[in-house]
Amino acid sequence: MRMRGIPASPGIAIGEAFVLKSENLIIPKYKIPQKRIANEIKRFVDALALTREELSKIQDKVEKEIGESYPEIFSAHLLILDDPALTESTIKNIENTQINAEYAFSKVLDKIAETFSHIEDNYLKERAQDIKDVGRRVLRNLIGRKEETLANLKDKAIVIAHDLAPSQTAQMDKRKVLGFATDIGGRTSHTTIMARSLTIPAVVGLGDITQIAETGDTIILDGNRGLALINPQKSTLERYTKKRRQRMYLERKLDKLKNLPAQTTDGHRARLLGNIELPKEVEILDKYGAEGIGLYRTEFFFLNRRELPSEEEQFQAYKYAAEKLYPQPVVIRTLDLGGDKFASHLETPKEINPFLGWRAIRFCLAKPDIFKTQLRAILRASAYGNVCLMYPLISMLQELREANKILNEVKKELKEKNIPFQLDIEVGAMIETPSAAVTADLIAEEVDFFSIGTNDLIQYLMAVDRINEKIAYLYQPTSPAVLRLLKHIVDCGHSKGIRVALCGEIAGDIHFTLFLLGLGVDELSMGPLAIPEVKQIIRSVSIEEARKITEKVLSFDSTEKVTNYLKKVKEPLKLLYKKP
Amino acid sequence: MIEKRLQIKNKWGLHARPAAKFIKLTSQFKSQVYLEKEGERANGKSILEILSLALECGSWVKVKVDGEDEEEAIRIIQDFLCKEGT
Repeated sequence: MRMRGIPASPGIAIGEAFVLKSENLIIPKYKIPQKRIANEIKRFVDALALTREELSKIQDKVEKEIGESYPEIFSAHLLILDDPALTESTIKNIENTQINAEYAFSKVLDKIAETFSHIEDNYLKERAQDIKDVGRRVLRNLIGRKEETLANLKDKAIVIAHDLAPSQTAQMDKRKVLGFATDIGGRTSHTTIMARSLTIPAVVGLGDITQIAETGDTIILDGNRGLALINPQKSTLERYTKKRRQRMYLERKLDKLKNLPAQTTDGHRARLLGNIELPKEVEILDKYGAEGIGLYRTEFFFLNRRELPSEEEQFQAYKYAAEKLYPQPVVIRTLDLGGDKFASHLETPKEINPFLGWRAIRFCLAKPDIFKTQLRAILRASAYGNVCLMYPLISMLQELREANKILNEVKKELKEKNIPFQLDIEVGAMIETPSAAVTADLIAEEVDFFSIGTNDLIQYLMAVDRINEKIAYLYQPTSPAVLRLLKHIVDCGHSKGIRVALCGEIAGDIHFTLFLLGLGVDELSMGPLAIPEVKQIIRSVSIEEARKITEKVLSFDSTEKVTNYLKKVKEPLKLLYKKP
Repeated sequence: MIEKRLQIKNKWGLHARPAAKFIKLTSQFKSQVYLEKEGERANGKSILEILSLALECGSWVKVKVDGEDEEEAIRIIQDFLCKEGT
């Protein structure tokens, strides 16, 4: 059985499933005689106390292990636990209807859940989940049932769950988790964040994997492609086992590899950088030989919370990266979210076509307060290292000029306050819309560098929704239209003397390495785990050979021909995959 | 008992974190605290009831306090709800 989800954290894991079933608590219902009422209330109060103790313990543990903003979730839990709407109403219920505590409490819970489900606000809907969480804990303690938890994980396994909450992951022994597979979730949910910071593979949004997989099943988790294979065929298992082994051998050679330059046999250098999603990922860059950060995504600061992040919080994170990596560059992309993601902050209407809508730089230009706060944080961090900034989704020169105007205002403010920053901080534009690509020569006049975002560029250029499976055949980086446009962008950048980086998926895809090298792309920024393989490919050829390959690729008239041709370039990797 | 109609100026309304702060505030008082919006009443010491009122910035709310420290309570509550910003 093969299931497709969202690739949340890269890598391949093979192992047994540990399925965390969401339990069905059966609520008993019985009458309580008058003289036992006080006793029943005490039973309820004791269960609350026990739950409070459990939550505090987990809160401490999470605080120690993850820090940051997670403990807040538990404060909310504790607050709910002590809420008179829960406690007093339950006690009243027990007294008035002479019913047992479990039943009285679950009725109160249902009523609150019902009220919350009518509120049209995503943030509050999530709080309904908190209430259910807390409620389930209290009920478990009342019934006297032990929680089925990740603490029961005895041997190494792939954890399969509906979704994972911080309270659950806090209880697991991290050395025993090979990977995560969940029914729901996205690129910024807790499971994803946890997996990425542990550098283990994860696939989320698998639909109903908890219904299909059983504890003990053999699972292959492909975090690169977003696949979960349940009890796979022998041949598939062998193929993946081989891949996994090759990767293991490669990991053992990392120490030697990481300091070798990404240089062709005749001395042409390319720079390989890492894309990061979380502030914490700064720490894994060195291990894989990243020469800095080519794409620091900043959406993390803005998601999963009600309030906008402060300047100070952002500044501290950017500064940390800048100092830690100095003199390597840290390229920070300004906020790439849209109006739809901020619905709960700003009461913006839902859009029919969010990818073409009010997002990224368009949103920031309309909300200079949010934009300025981020720019201030980036500029202040630039005093501590080699920081560059870039704007996402530039569609025309005018937007770039407006963004720069705001940047200059912020610079002026900082200067007046004598706050240090890099005066001539490098500013780049992401080239990810066809309009920016076509006018790349104009944009190049007014920026220090380009960063090509191929994921969006392909989608906009081919007019294809990349999530729609029915038209997936159109979403092909190997399409001649895409390849030609890439050449145009690189040539425009170079003719104006600026550097051209590329930070989409294909930067880390070894099949594209030689094509991009031959095209003259100066920097490739990718998930750090992909760097060693890309580097090896670069080190195996001369720039002349790469240019010939590029020329050949550009001459093909179909996606198929390009794909078939690019498939053949894996030869040099054999060395990496050999047993050390 | 003191009753007062107030307009919420707090930027985020009375959601989540501001609501949590509000509860911490009201829990200190000996007085009972109730909020009413469009006929719906919430215990001012219950975060769940307050959240379910979905009080936005700009909405009007009737605040009732009843108890020995009601004078002080209404003053502090008014300060909190009518303060602009977060």
